Amino acid sequence: MIEAQGLTKDFDGFRAVDTVSLDIPAGEVLALLGPNGAGKTTTVRMLTSILVPTAGWARVAGCDVVRQAAQVRALVGVLTEQHGLYERMKGLEYLDFFGEIYHLAPALRRKRALDLLERFGLINALDKRLGEYSKGMKQKLALVRAMLHDPPVLLLDEPTSAMDPQSAKQVRDAIIELEGEGRTFLLTTHNLTEAQQLADKIAVIRHGRIIAQGSFAELAQRFVGAPLMELHINGTVNGLRKDLADVVQIEDCGADWLRYRASDPARSNPALLRRLHMLGVEVVTLALVPRTLEDVYLQIVKEDEAQQGAQDS
Amino acid sequence: MTTTAQPLIRDHASAGAAPRRSGRDTLRNALIITRREVRDSFRDWRILVPIVVLTFMFPFLAQFVAAQFADFVSDYGAQIIGERTIPFLLMIVGFFPISISLVIALETFVGEKERRSLEPLLSTPLTNTELYIGKTLAAMIPPLVSSYGGMLVYLGSLLFGELAWRPQPMLIAQIMLLTSVQALVMVAGAVVVSSQTTSTRAANLLASFIIIPMSLVIQGESFIMFIAPDAESPSGIGALWAIIAGMLVVVILLLRVGNSVFNREELLGRTIDQLNLRAALVAIWRATRAIDERGTPARSVFEWYRRGVTLSVRRLGMASWVTLFVFVVAFGGGLLLAQLPQWQLPLPRAADFATPARLLGRYIGVDAALQTDSRGHLLLDNRALPSRVDALLFFVTTNGRILLAATLLAIFSFGVAALIMTPAVYIVLGYLLGQVLIAGYNPSFMLAAILPHGVVEIPVIVLATAAGLRLGAVVTRVPEGKTVGDAWTLALGDTLKIACGLVLPGLIFAGFLESFLTPYVLYSVLS
Repeated sequence: MIEAQGLTKDFDGFRAVDTVSLDIPAGEVLALLGPNGAGKTTTVRMLTSILVPTAGWARVAGCDVVRQAAQVRALVGVLTEQHGLYERMKGLEYLDFFGEIYHLAPALRRKRALDLLERFGLINALDKRLGEYSKGMKQKLALVRAMLHDPPVLLLDEPTSAMDPQSAKQVRDAIIELEGEGRTFLLTTHNLTEAQQLADKIAVIRHGRIIAQGSFAELAQRFVGAPLMELHINGTVNGLRKDLADVVQIEDCGADWLRYRASDPARSNPALLRRLHMLGVEVVTLALVPRTLEDVYLQIVKEDEAQQGAQDS
Repeated sequence: MTTTAQPLIRDHASAGAAPRRSGRDTLRNALIITRREVRDSFRDWRILVPIVVLTFMFPFLAQFVAAQFADFVSDYGAQIIGERTIPFLLMIVGFFPISISLVIALETFVGEKERRSLEPLLSTPLTNTELYIGKTLAAMIPPLVSSYGGMLVYLGSLLFGELAWRPQPMLIAQIMLLTSVQALVMVAGAVVVSSQTTSTRAANLLASFIIIPMSLVIQGESFIMFIAPDAESPSGIGALWAIIAGMLVVVILLLRVGNSVFNREELLGRTIDQLNLRAALVAIWRATRAIDERGTPARSVFEWYRRGVTLSVRRLGMASWVTLFVFVVAFGGGLLLAQLPQWQLPLPRAADFATPARLLGRYIGVDAALQTDSRGHLLLDNRALPSRVDALLFFVTTNGRILLAATLLAIFSFGVAALIMTPAVYIVLGYLLGQVLIAGYNPSFMLAAILPHGVVEIPVIVLATAAGLRLGAVVTRVPEGKTVGDAWTLALGDTLKIACGLVLPGLIFAGFLESFLTPYVLYSVLS
C-alpha cells in the first residue's frame, strides 16, 4: 500500500532524507522512529505529495506521489506534527470545511463527523470554539479530520503525544480497529511503548537514512541477541553452572537465579528442565526476560553512532 | 518487495500528469477556502473594527474635511483647489480600507504558516492554484467590500450633501478600478513576500517593498487628479488609464509569480529568513559548469562549450523568439515612425558623401590628402581621435555595459527591462534607415556601416537580451517540479554560461570588426 524506493530529499545542499526505502502492505502499521531532525517529517511529507523527492520514487495506494499528487492526497489521511486547527471555528464547522474540500456530500460529511466525534469523546464539545479545546482535544479533532474522508492510508505524526492516558488508549484502539479493517498506517512517534504495541514493522531513521527495519522480534534478535530466559530455583545456583554448561550458556546469575540466551527456546528450555529434574533441583519460575523496543532502539542508535564514528575517524 | 511502480523522479516534466481540472472546478474549490477565510476574517474584531470605522465613519470625516477645505480656499479665491481635493479624497477613502488587504494577505499566508495550520490544508487534494486563488480572493474581498462601501457613503454625502458635487461618471469608474487594481497589487505582492518567510515579523518587514512603490503610485495619481481631473484633459484622465493599465500588467506578473511561489515545496521547503549565501553560490557555480540536465560538471572547456553552452542556448526557448520578435518590431516601428511627417528630418535631396569618405579615409590611413577645409581649419586631427584599439575597447565596454544593465534591471522587472533597453537602439536604427530612404539616398552606406560587424553583434545582443529576459521572467513561470530558487539558479547559470561563452567573445570579435573592418567597407562604399 505504501512503497518507496531510494527516496531522497535535498534542501539547499543539505540532504534531509537519504535513499529511504519502505514497503508497507495493506492492513499493516509501520512505526518510523528516530531522533528529532532525523528526516521523519520530510519522509511523511514526500509520501503525502507535499514535497517532491529529489530522487527515488514512491507509490501510495497505487498512486505515484509525483505524477498523481492530487490522487495521493485524496487517498491519505494526515495527522501533522502540529494539529494546526483554526481556533475561531467550531468543531463541526471545522470538519464540515474539510469534508467539503474532500467533496463529501453534506449529509455524509455531517454523519461521518458526528460518528467520529462520538467515537473520540468530542461530541459534547461541538459548539465550542476550537481555541477553547484542551491540547488533547485538539489533537483528537485533528485525528478526526485525518479520518473524515475514510482514507485507506493514514500517516500519523505523534498521534497521542499530547493526550491523557484514556484518550491515548481511545486512539490506539481506533488504530487497531482500523488496521483490522485493512487500513495502512505509518506512525512517526517517540513513544516506543506505543510503537511496540501497535506496529507490525519498525523502521529507524537517523541522519535521513533508514538504519534498521523489520518486525520487533527481528530487530530484537538482530540488535540485542536471542531471547533471554530467567530461571528461579529452590536452592542455590552455586555448583550448577558446570552441570548445565552443555545445555545452556549462562550469561548471569545470582544466589537462586540464572539467565541464559535461548536462540531456540523450544529445544533448550525442555532440555534444561529435564536436566534440572535429573539433578533434583526444584524450579520455581522460568520466564522470558521482557525486552522493550527502547532497549532495541537504543542499541540500534548506539551501533549506528559507533559505525559513524569509525567512518569519520 | 514488488517493484511494479515506475521510477518517476527522473522526469519532472511529466509531473502532475493527473487529469486537469476545469476552470469551474478550480474556482469552486478555491471558493471553499475563500468562504472559510472571509468568515474567519469577519470573526476577528481586529479586522472588523477598522473595516466598520473606515466604511461608515471615515467617509463622513473626509466629507467634512473636503467641505471645510473648500470653504477655506474659496476665501482666497482658490475654489479650484477645493474642488480638486474632492476626487482625491474619494480615492483616499477607497484606499484606506484596501490597505487592510495587505495585513489580511500577510496574515492569511504567513500567519497560517506560523500557526502551522497551513500544512493540513496542503495535505488535501486542493491544487496549489486553488489554494492560491482561494486565499487571494479571501484577502481581497473584505477590504474591497469596505472600500466600495466607504466610497459609496462618501459619494452619497457629496452628491446629496451641501457640496452637491456632480462628478464625471468616468472619473468615478477610474477611481473604482484604481482601487481594485491597487488591492490586487498589494495582495499579489504580499503573497510573494509571505510565501518566502516563516514569520509575520519578517513578512511585515518585507512588506515595505510593496508599500513604498504603492505610496509613490498614489502620489502620482493624486498629482494627476489635481492637475487634470476631467475627461477632457488628455494628460489627466488618459494618464490615469495608463496607470491602471500599467498596474494591471504588474498584477498579472505578480499573480504569475505568486502562483509560482505559492506551492507546497516553496511553502514548506524554503525560507529566506536565513540566507545561505554559500549554498547559493555553490548552486550557481554548479549550474554554470553543468553540461546536462542533471548538472554534471564539464571536464574541459571544450566540453563546456560543446555541451554546456549549447544546452543553455537551447533552454532559452521561447525567450529567444520573443526577443527576436521585439527586435523586429522595434526596427519596423522605427521605420514606420520615420514615415510620420512630423518626425521627418529636413535632409537635403543631394547628399555629399565625399567629405565623410575622405575624413574616414584619413582616419583609416588610406587618404592623406585632406588636412584642412577651404577656410584652413584642420578637419581631422588623428592625434585627437581614439586609436583603433581604443575604439575596440569603447565598442566592447559600451555594448557590455548596456547588456549588463539590461540584465540586472530585467531581474527586478520580470524581464521587461531587457526588452525595452536593448531593442530601443533598433528603433533608432529603423528610424534612421527610414529617413535615408525617404530622402532618396542609396541606403548601401548604412548597410556598410552596420552589417560588417552587425552580423556578429546583432545575434550576440539578441542572445544576451533573451538570456536577460529569461532570467527575469523565469520566476513568473517556474518549470514543473522545480522551486523558484532552483529555476532562477538554473537560469542564472545559463545566463553566465551564455555571457562568458558567447556574448563576451562575440562582443570582442564584433568590436574588432567594427574597429578594423567596418571603416574600410564603409570607406569603399562612400568613396
